[in-house]
Amino acid sequence: MIYLQLLLSFLQIGLFSFGGGYAALPLIQDQIVSLHGWLSMEEFTDLITISQMTPGPIAINAATFVGQKIAGAPGAIVATLGCVLPSCVIVTLIAGLYLKYRTMRVLQSVLGTLRPAVVALIASAGVSILLTAFWGTDALISLAGTDWSMVVIFAAGFALLRWAKWNPILVMVLAGVAKLAFALITGEPAS
Amino acid sequence: MEQKKEPRRRVLLKLFLSTLYLSAFTFGGGYVIVTLMKKKFVDTLRWIDEDEMLDLVAIAQSAPGAIAVNGAIVVGFKLAGLLGAGVAVIATVIPPFIIISLVSVFYAVFRENYFVSMALEGMQAGVGAVIASVVYDMAAGVFRGRSPFSIVILLASFAATCFFGVNAVIVILVCIALGLVQALWEKRKGVQP
Repeated sequence: MIYLQLLLSFLQIGLFSFGGGYAALPLIQDQIVSLHGWLSMEEFTDLITISQMTPGPIAINAATFVGQKIAGAPGAIVATLGCVLPSCVIVTLIAGLYLKYRTMRVLQSVLGTLRPAVVALIASAGVSILLTAFWGTDALISLAGTDWSMVVIFAAGFALLRWAKWNPILVMVLAGVAKLAFALITGEPAS
Repeated sequence: MEQKKEPRRRVLLKLFLSTLYLSAFTFGGGYVIVTLMKKKFVDTLRWIDEDEMLDLVAIAQSAPGAIAVNGAIVVGFKLAGLLGAGVAVIATVIPPFIIISLVSVFYAVFRENYFVSMALEGMQAGVGAVIASVVYDMAAGVFRGRSPFSIVILLASFAATCFFGVNAVIVILVCIALGLVQALWEKRKGVQP
């Protein structure tokens, strides 16, 4: 039953993404790409690109996108619901406790332990995105199979973000323009 | 704590419209939207006082899930109980839901186009650069903290997910358990964190 699967997958994503922002990426990747194959690695990266350029949290965008693709509008609603449900329960509980007792020490201690792990998980997701970008989905990693134009774009983008402090959205758009220009000049066929 | 008394229905309506507006026009993730919420509900409407808002934001950031959604829940709950939380969540989810639904309809058509597919391919490298940069900052923060415990957790989690294919949920559950043990340990020793 596809609706139940969507609901359960996005419940997990909502329940275990701590730290906001990119913290949901590794969980979305595990559930959507690795476990169920609802999106390919390329589609997953496209989804992140789209998420960056539209308002709204990545997890909600992913839920709507995947739900819509797999089971139409009802699928999108079920997946999005699954994604926010854990938040609703947990945040209301904590807020209720806080408004009553005004202390959150244990929570903060647990969070301190989680933070480095979340950094590592995001790093892992980043590595798999780069592997796909440089070598394609199922190609072996080899010097000859490397898409060097992508490596150059990545390095230039990273440099602009780090040292010139450019806006991430601008860097992403330029990365797209650069690849398109390169493909038109060299006549690279569509993959 | 001084707050204006307004009829419940008006509070709910205003809460709905404010969160809907913030969610539709905020680019740049949860931290940005939470800052804008503070501006709206603390500075403009004066419905929540500043100190309390800081704690509510801390809850939104600590709990699992998207920070924008969590922020809407705490503010809604504080202002109008469970109904308020529900109203705020729905208002926050509507804009991305509609936008992404539209995008997903056109995505399949556009992806086939040579120009779009090449641009999206290049953007994969761009997204990779953005994530690499974010990770660089976050990891630098962890290493600067000079806590061996945190650094071991970071390296071990990375090795587990990247090289051994361990599911992210497992890593998080293990770290929650470690955090609880550590909290209990410190409490027993009487150390003030």
